[in-house]
Amino acid sequence: MTTQITARYKELAAQAEKALRERTASTAIRIQVGSATCEQAAGANDVFDEFRKHIAASERTDISLRLTGCTGRCSREPIVGVMIPHQLPVKYERVTREKVHEIFTRHVLGGKPVSEFVLDGALPDQCRHELLICGSARCRWQGPVNFRALLTERLEQAGLASQVRVGAASCFGACGAGVEGSRVHVLLRPDRVLYRIESEADLNEIIERHLIGGQAVERLQVPGKTIGRKFLELYGDVAFFNRQTRVVLRHNGVVDPDSIEEYFHYRGFEALVKVLEKNDPKWVIDEITRSKLRGRGGGGFPTGQKWKMAAAAADPIRYLICNADEGDPGAFMDRSMLESDPLNVIEGMIIGGFAIGAHQGFVYIRAEYPMAIQRLERAIDQCRQWGLLGKDILGSGFDFDLELRLGAGAFVCGEETALIHSIEGERGQPRIRPPYPTQSGLWGRPTCINNVETFANVPAVINYGADWFARIGTEKSGGTKVFALAGKARHTGLVEVPMGTSLREVVFDIGGGVAEGKELKAIQTGGPAGGCIPAKWVDLPIDYDTLTQAGSIMGSGGMIVLDDADCMVDIAKFFMTFSQDESCGKCTPCREGTTRMLEILERITAGKGTLEDLDKLRRLGTLMKKASLCGLGRAAPNPVLSTLDHFYEEYLAHVSAGKCPAKKCTALLSFEIIADKCVGCTACARSCPVECIAGRRKEAHVIDQARCIKCGRCFEVCRFDAVRRS
Amino acid sequence: MMDVHSPGKSVDGDGRQAVVAAARAALGDAIAQFIDQCMQRPQPASHLIAVLHKVQAQHGYLSAEHLDAVAQLMQVPAAKVAGVASFYHFFRLQPRGKYSVNVCMGTACYVKGAERVAQRIMDELGVGWGETSKDGVFTLEGSRCLGTCGLAPVVMIGDEVHANVTPEQVPRILEKYIRAAREATV
Repeated sequence: MTTQITARYKELAAQAEKALRERTASTAIRIQVGSATCEQAAGANDVFDEFRKHIAASERTDISLRLTGCTGRCSREPIVGVMIPHQLPVKYERVTREKVHEIFTRHVLGGKPVSEFVLDGALPDQCRHELLICGSARCRWQGPVNFRALLTERLEQAGLASQVRVGAASCFGACGAGVEGSRVHVLLRPDRVLYRIESEADLNEIIERHLIGGQAVERLQVPGKTIGRKFLELYGDVAFFNRQTRVVLRHNGVVDPDSIEEYFHYRGFEALVKVLEKNDPKWVIDEITRSKLRGRGGGGFPTGQKWKMAAAAADPIRYLICNADEGDPGAFMDRSMLESDPLNVIEGMIIGGFAIGAHQGFVYIRAEYPMAIQRLERAIDQCRQWGLLGKDILGSGFDFDLELRLGAGAFVCGEETALIHSIEGERGQPRIRPPYPTQSGLWGRPTCINNVETFANVPAVINYGADWFARIGTEKSGGTKVFALAGKARHTGLVEVPMGTSLREVVFDIGGGVAEGKELKAIQTGGPAGGCIPAKWVDLPIDYDTLTQAGSIMGSGGMIVLDDADCMVDIAKFFMTFSQDESCGKCTPCREGTTRMLEILERITAGKGTLEDLDKLRRLGTLMKKASLCGLGRAAPNPVLSTLDHFYEEYLAHVSAGKCPAKKCTALLSFEIIADKCVGCTACARSCPVECIAGRRKEAHVIDQARCIKCGRCFEVCRFDAVRRS
Repeated sequence: MMDVHSPGKSVDGDGRQAVVAAARAALGDAIAQFIDQCMQRPQPASHLIAVLHKVQAQHGYLSAEHLDAVAQLMQVPAAKVAGVASFYHFFRLQPRGKYSVNVCMGTACYVKGAERVAQRIMDELGVGWGETSKDGVFTLEGSRCLGTCGLAPVVMIGDEVHANVTPEQVPRILEKYIRAAREATV
């Protein structure tokens, strides 16, 4: 029985390899274009099309073009990778049709990278090799030698300094248990060799034999496919990426999301085979429990414990649900995972189904994500064709199938009982728990619901080991968390870091700090259910518990950077508008509470608030937290309460002094034209929607304050800084 | 009008056949067949939302007639169908313009000025949230989050996503669609 599963898997893997080889047999040069909703919004389709035409026109048969998912480097999309054998892979940013021509003629045909378009800065032309030294905080080298300094010194001596670049990388996942700190791992690009260095002699040998002699040093190589390796081989030179620890996103921007063959190539379904071979659901649950994986949807409930509860249910008919109703504004990691590596999520679900004894799974996904839906559908079809979903998976006797269910734009459906109602075809309203879904869920059957990112972690836990996974994170929470960094950060995009990483590392080291050199004011985490963490707490390690203590939550991982131009009262109002609109209306505390809190906030931002209003906000908020039926209502006051705690003086400025310090609340502003600076260009007068700006050409203009609606358009269009906002 | 008082009975003579035929005609063949498939599967009523998605994709919105027809064919009370259709934001009960102008009002877009972009669109088109312009070309809608936060602020018109939009760019962006709509009618 056991050998049968592995044999079947090997057959499939061989079939996949064969198909892949045929597809790329005659191709030496590979071009890949990122393709996800955001990439396409930035113009990736045009870019792909342009490359296709160029390749056809060149009549070259050794160039292949393929699509990959997105790496999560949003502000630089579309991203294109050009891989020429024995050269460092080059990634280009913000590629347009025009840039395609340059890249194709100069780099693909001419062999010289177009350095001005290279992602995150120019690639030195003479750089032939790159050495990435592991800088993982968890297993940092404890020995006496500073390898990085030593390496730089030796390269200088050997005259290789200009040809070999030394960089840092995060975890390669190469350390076994108990050896952390006794060795350093170094990835050599583009040769794709991972070395383990334990002494100075090892280092010297690599320089002499490999970098000078061109021979890989077998003795020091780390065998096998370690986890972060593929991603870093491709993207290791980019600062935004090499400080991240990519576990869940390890294949984003590496594999073609529509190709099951490629997924096989990158250890796809190995975890599933391991699980089916063991044929012991209890073992799977134990592994997940030991890994300290906690629910990535925001609640942080231990996944192993949830699976155990579902597995222990008496009813033999059980369901497994993947919650892909990513409704938090500002969070898009689930979309990216489903669009870039859908099979990884599916594999996680099959394993979950096996663990809890379910034979039917559902993916509940937002209708707003058409591309994710399409890729998921395709992935499910492929799995069925390859015998990885359906009856008797890989000859193991285990049956499991998946079905997609679409949401229809209701934020509350992220709440598990509301989600269940929605799958049942009802209005998505929550109900009182207990009974918990693990006891009585979908159609009254035991149901286990996990988030996309939770499932995406499962294959890695099984493949690389629960101990390894647990060690990445903190004492109570294993692994990494993906954050969607957005707002005023210089580099926006998806950031995956170990649990326990500080906010500073995410916002400043990876995100490059605040854009336009402005001051960090606060970091909003957790979306409408979260709160604002003030800049002074930027060294806070990120974890479920620490964020909760700080008055925010981990949530699904939205992270919005706010600068001094953001008014905290306005941000609180923004989230309350959202929660009020999304409140399903079932329970009174949430339905009425969100409405009244919003009214008060609107009053404050309109300059009509009173000191008493601030007390009312706090009282109402506290009441809602205690009395609301579901998580939406209980968390809805968080944005208000956390800003009241940390930015009380800003509320005070609105109600007592009638001022908005961030100059955001327009009702509290006035606009006037500084006569000395006005050149009379008439731009403001022409843009004013109520025509309240008067003045002749080349003469100073004047705003009629009585008619001004404070829209701020004059302020925006003035190129001479002549409009004062106060 | 359809007879909504006799669902469940399929005896000839109570007008059921005529009701079914009218309902199928109102929804169109493709959707009627999709409903047939759903009815063969376990828990047929759970496919209600999927059916409404199909109806909206084909007809642009969910009219009262469509909702009644779905209720008839799926054997679900009309009140429940209307309840579900009105609960979810994604479903529209009014006809829309040729293009929906979807301004993302997610957090990232909001802090980067989506509100000002939306205000400019309202000024240009003379519409408020959820309204359709007089020429029937645009319907303005706000979206919770389009999930492309890195490109904020974002406006989706039809299927096209416009990234990093500023209020000043609004007239030029809209112009393209106005022209396309005008050419289509000529």
